Amino acid sequence: MKYALLLMGHPGDAECGADEGPDPRAFMAFDQEINEAGIVVGGFALEGPETAVRVSTTTAGAMVTSGPFAESGEFVGGSYVIEVADVDEAIAWAKKSPGAALGHIEIRPIADY
Amino acid sequence: MVSDVEPSAVARLLHSIGAEDRGRLLAALAGRFHDLDLAEDVLQEAMVRALETWTLRGVPKNPQAWLMTTARNRALDIIRSDAAKARHLAGLRIESELSRGDHSDHSDRLGEELSTADIGDERLSLFFTCSHPTLHERERIALILRFLAGLSTAEVAAAFLVDTTTMQQRIVRAKRRITTTGIPFGTPTPEQLHERLPGVLRVVYLIFTQGFTPTSGASHNRTDLQEEAIALTRLLVGLLPTKTEARGLLSLLLLTRARAPARTDADGAPVPLTEQDRSLWDSRLIAEGLGLALTAAGETEAGPYTVQAAIAALHAEAATYSETDWEQILVLYSILSRMEPSPVVALNRAVAIGKAKGPKAGLSALEELATDPRLSGYRPFHIARAITLSESQMPDHAEAAFREALDCPGNDAESEYIEDQIRDLLS
Repeated sequence: MKYALLLMGHPGDAECGADEGPDPRAFMAFDQEINEAGIVVGGFALEGPETAVRVSTTTAGAMVTSGPFAESGEFVGGSYVIEVADVDEAIAWAKKSPGAALGHIEIRPIADY
Repeated sequence: MVSDVEPSAVARLLHSIGAEDRGRLLAALAGRFHDLDLAEDVLQEAMVRALETWTLRGVPKNPQAWLMTTARNRALDIIRSDAAKARHLAGLRIESELSRGDHSDHSDRLGEELSTADIGDERLSLFFTCSHPTLHERERIALILRFLAGLSTAEVAAAFLVDTTTMQQRIVRAKRRITTTGIPFGTPTPEQLHERLPGVLRVVYLIFTQGFTPTSGASHNRTDLQEEAIALTRLLVGLLPTKTEARGLLSLLLLTRARAPARTDADGAPVPLTEQDRSLWDSRLIAEGLGLALTAAGETEAGPYTVQAAIAALHAEAATYSETDWEQILVLYSILSRMEPSPVVALNRAVAIGKAKGPKAGLSALEELATDPRLSGYRPFHIARAITLSESQMPDHAEAAFREALDCPGNDAESEYIEDQIRDLLS
């Protein structure tokens, strides 16, 4: 089965690389390990939530606004899409990720349409 | 499931197989095809076909194996005709079986080549699937009762006082979650077993405590959840004989169950431990529970259930309330509060301090807990305070504590008991 591991953060968290923030080397090491396991089938890393742009269209026209969006409780920082046998394997990988210690990892099964 | 057919020898046999072996057959099919719905459907179909075929041609040498093979072949037929199921099951290495042609023509010969031992016992795997941490607690409880205790959806619904449609929806959603989330079927690894057994035991414990709450109305029609929980724990102990905590839980449930006849009087009012007629305790259950507790308590893997069983054993061993070994009970509550810190355990420990070291020590232990917001609205906390205050010759304070208890949620029988206590204090 395919799962997305969504690395979630909060706007108040220290930034990666800052003194108080997470060690980027931990993320690099995890990235190397999960890639070498041969299970990664997709994924992405995102720039910070302050770079987000929202677009919504209504009958009145399109609204374009720029982040950060104070009302967002949490944001997606990045994702791995992995193909593993079952949710237990996905959970095991999520536990290994440094993202689980800093924010949390949300595991979502990929819909099979 | 065959209760509505004419009582014939075949129907009776099928009925007893349904009661005795259904869980095992269902677990084997679910383990094979990773699909509880499919397993249920094909087992049901196999039972229906058995009634026809066996009535016509006689009962096969090994009826269980006949059912298993018939159900399995029907499942393969369904999978072959359903592209989505076939894709989902592609990883299960059943392709070779899928291409073996039609199995349905020689069903009368089925079961000759397969013995019951070959079916294997997949019920442990099914226990772990149904109590997977990604399922909601009430889904786990419903699934375990439905698929491991073998209750019908209507029986599970009645046990939880919800209507059958609601319970049916809950079970359907839970089964869908198993498939969509990718909750595995299959034997847990030793690490998974170690990590998740407490979760499995907790589901069974919750089923037992659900059966504990007295409810008004047609209680004699209600499924006996305590009995079901004890049967499930027996099954787990049989599957995992070396696991201390499984035996500890069985001991705890047996010893708790044994005291049930003395716990309420003829009118259903609660009777406190101090006043219970110990001759009403079920000596057979106590003997079994004591034996299990004694063995489990000496093992290195003894955990919270084993410690609670040991506490229950000390109560059960005391011929009268005054002979209770409170010193030892205090030691065990101290161990328990380190293993599993919780306000209720802390409360029980404070009560044990009072019994072992006198009401003054008990009172100060209780006062230390008074700031915990989880206890300030908890009726047994205020009752314990009231009783200890009364023992300390402080009737005014005791009365105030009883009145605080009355302000907390609880059932009517308890409220009447508290009001009686207040009347006794004032007289």
